[in-house]
Amino acid sequence: MLHIVVCIKQVPDSREIRIDPNNNTLIRQGVPSIVNVYDLHGLAAALRIKKEYGARVTVITMGPPPAVKSLKECISLGADEAILVSDRKFAGADTLATSYVLTKAIQKAAEEWGPVDMVFCGKQTLDGDTGQVGPGIACRLHLEQLTYVGKIIQIDLKKRRVRVLRYLEDGIEAVETNLPVLITALKEISPVHRASLSGMIRAARYKPPVWTTASFSHVDYNQIGLKGSPTIVGKTWVPKVRKVEGEEIKGETPEEIAIQLFNKRNVQEQLGWL
Amino acid sequence: MKEKFDAVVVGAGPGGTAAALTMARAGLKVVLLERGEFPGAKNVFGGVLYRKQLEDLIPEFWKERNFPLERNIIEQRIWLMGKESFIGFSHRNEAFKDPINCFTGLRVKFDQWFANKAVEAGAIPVYQTVAVDLLREGDRVVGVKVDRPDGDLYADVVVIADGVNSLLGKALGVRREWSSDEISLAVKEVIALPKQKIEDRFNLEGNEGVTIEFMGETSLGMAGMGFLYTNKESISLGIGIMVNHLSENKIKPYTILEEVKKHPMIRKLIQGGETLEYSAHLIPEGGYYSVPKLSGDGWCVVGDAAQLVNFVHREGTNLAMASGQMAGEAIIEAKKVGDFSAESLQAYDQKLKNSFIMKDLKKYRHMHQFLKEADPEVLFHRLPQAANQAAFNMFSIDGITKVEKQKYAMDQIKEATGGTLNLIKLGWKGWRAMNG
Ligand SMILES: Cc1cc2nc3c(=O)[nH]c(=O)nc-3n(C[C@H](O)[C@H](O)[C@H](O)COP(=O)(O)OP(=O)(O)OC[C@H]3O[C@@H](n4cnc5c(N)ncnc54)[C@H](O)[C@@H]3O)c2cc1C
Ligand SMILES: Cc1cc2nc3c(=O)[nH]c(=O)nc-3n(C[C@H](O)[C@H](O)[C@H](O)COP(=O)(O)OP(=O)(O)OC[C@H]3O[C@@H](n4cnc5c(N)ncnc54)[C@H](O)[C@@H]3O)c2cc1C
Repeated sequence: MLHIVVCIKQVPDSREIRIDPNNNTLIRQGVPSIVNVYDLHGLAAALRIKKEYGARVTVITMGPPPAVKSLKECISLGADEAILVSDRKFAGADTLATSYVLTKAIQKAAEEWGPVDMVFCGKQTLDGDTGQVGPGIACRLHLEQLTYVGKIIQIDLKKRRVRVLRYLEDGIEAVETNLPVLITALKEISPVHRASLSGMIRAARYKPPVWTTASFSHVDYNQIGLKGSPTIVGKTWVPKVRKVEGEEIKGETPEEIAIQLFNKRNVQEQLGWL
Repeated sequence: MKEKFDAVVVGAGPGGTAAALTMARAGLKVVLLERGEFPGAKNVFGGVLYRKQLEDLIPEFWKERNFPLERNIIEQRIWLMGKESFIGFSHRNEAFKDPINCFTGLRVKFDQWFANKAVEAGAIPVYQTVAVDLLREGDRVVGVKVDRPDGDLYADVVVIADGVNSLLGKALGVRREWSSDEISLAVKEVIALPKQKIEDRFNLEGNEGVTIEFMGETSLGMAGMGFLYTNKESISLGIGIMVNHLSENKIKPYTILEEVKKHPMIRKLIQGGETLEYSAHLIPEGGYYSVPKLSGDGWCVVGDAAQLVNFVHREGTNLAMASGQMAGEAIIEAKKVGDFSAESLQAYDQKLKNSFIMKDLKKYRHMHQFLKEADPEVLFHRLPQAANQAAFNMFSIDGITKVEKQKYAMDQIKEATGGTLNLIKLGWKGWRAMNG
């Protein structure tokens, strides 16, 4: 049976995010936390594979204890196990240190529940937004890497190959590669379904295992937390919103709108017709 | 085989949570269902909670560091409103501090805190889930259906605690559609004010708080009661109006609240505040005679869903908690003998009947009829205005003799009610409504 690990991050709900004008940082206090949306779609894709091909789905997050809420949500949706990787020593991690700890956790998950065939990450997070953690893990684990995946076409269990569509800026790419693989998910990869009643009950009872530094046989303390994070945030600022003068053209049909647009003097000027 | 629970509680308000907590503590397998994202997420009430019934469930809760108390009420005021005046009655007492008697809270925080107690005791929380119907075998209720895939949830008993609009009560057929004189529609705003402003305006220190209930000219000639409660850094201001009066007068409740906010006695208290939220909710006010059948084969109904509100004293949450606890206890007994029939669950009805809940509701059993029959013009407009006018005259030093003033005041009040006979009748009915 396939073993799939899904990495999720609990992030502040970006629909309700505000920026502190004094120091240009996110105001996290009082903002509800959600599972990073792309991660949820990644999980949904993993669960679809589980349904279609049979798989064991392990969810992992590195974060503070309140992230248990997000892990339970993943269980309600159908994940088999959901692990909280949490330790004060992990705090302050940038993408380099985050991918190091997640790599450790994935290796441990492989020890516990069998070799990992697929790792799902989100395309990027709603808060950190770098999109580096997935590729970072792939590098460290020497996994094939498929980013921006919008569709999983097929998995060939015998040949251990997977074929996907990558949705890129300049087109769609169909690619095939060997397992084990790391996929970073777009929303299109799979719709997220509503959890079933039995899923909700299982989640309510579920207590996520917590892995701390002590849970790993070897941890390089120079590679975790603040110490393992060479990134320095030099400066952050909120870009000024540029006001663009606009005008709305209304009409019943596209033709009507087009004619109105055509009749505008400045439009014809700009097109060089006048 | 589908898992079966001892009980499923529908609604994690004060009533449902009290029931779930009571049963979970006794080791019963309980599911606590709630449609909100979390308990209290969208719940609305005025803002006063009471120590006694909560203490019965959670001893010395107010000493807990995380207890979501807004302000400890040390003074309660009642105002009879004139157009630009009021006659006030109030009681303030340092003795209300230890032990606390009642306190303001916000449902978003309180319901969550309270439900977590039930969860800690072992209740299984299932939120963001709506119970859409009851599962039945013959006349017996055997569970609920929820709005999720594979959504049949089986239990020996269903505790219906889904509030005033009780969908399940209706599905069960024990609750008819409330008639428009059995419910009030309340609108409420939470208005942010700095801590210091609140303490200055209401003469408070630390976490002390004040409540004001007001009636009279503020309800624009309809039966209604307003409230203003102090929170830590905000004020809850609202007014509830009998629904039949609202529809007769075709007035939107929000218009009334806007008028209330302009009343000089209110305006100055909320001045400079920013409205944080606006909400509306029904209050069951039918009283004793509106209480439906309370239990049956495999079910009990508690709190607002059973009309258990003492609106004369704005008590609702405490009746919900106490009734929830009693239902829980009755189900624990039923579980011991393995009998969840109507006969066995009758123990819940008995407990309610012997408690302050039904006794208090019985005392005010004529109140609903009184308000239904009395002319709201008289009760909420002419009489309060006449009384305020009389007070104004009594306190004015203008060379008119006191005897004349007294006679004038009496005449005004008689006139407001339509003559001596009517005044006596109204007085008698009012007295009876208050005293059973
Ligand atoms: C204001 C601010 C600025 C920051 N600036 C930087 C910066 O410049 N450079 C930097 O390196 N870090 C920075 N960080 C820290 C960074 O946001 C995260 O702490 C962490 O490094 C993850 O990066 P990300 O959120 O960009 O994840 P991404 O790389 O965007 O995440 C991709 C995917 O990786 C997985 N993933 C990410 N984090 C976790 C996790 N903790 N547990 C499980 N799976 C996870 C998820 O599947 C996610 O969808 C900043 C944080 C803040 C709040
Ligand atoms: C404006 C106003 C002011 C008030 N002021 C006070 C006051 O100061 N003091 C006081 O003690 N009382 C006051 N009350 C009354 C008090 O709010 C209620 O009596 C009390 O909340 C009743 O508790 P309950 O648990 O029965 O119902 P509710 O508190 O209404 O809880 C019902 C719960 O069930 C959930 N639910 C409903 N339907 C479903 C479903 N189908 N499936 C799943 N979940 C469902 C709801 O989301 C809710 O959480 C006031 C009421 C109002 C409207």
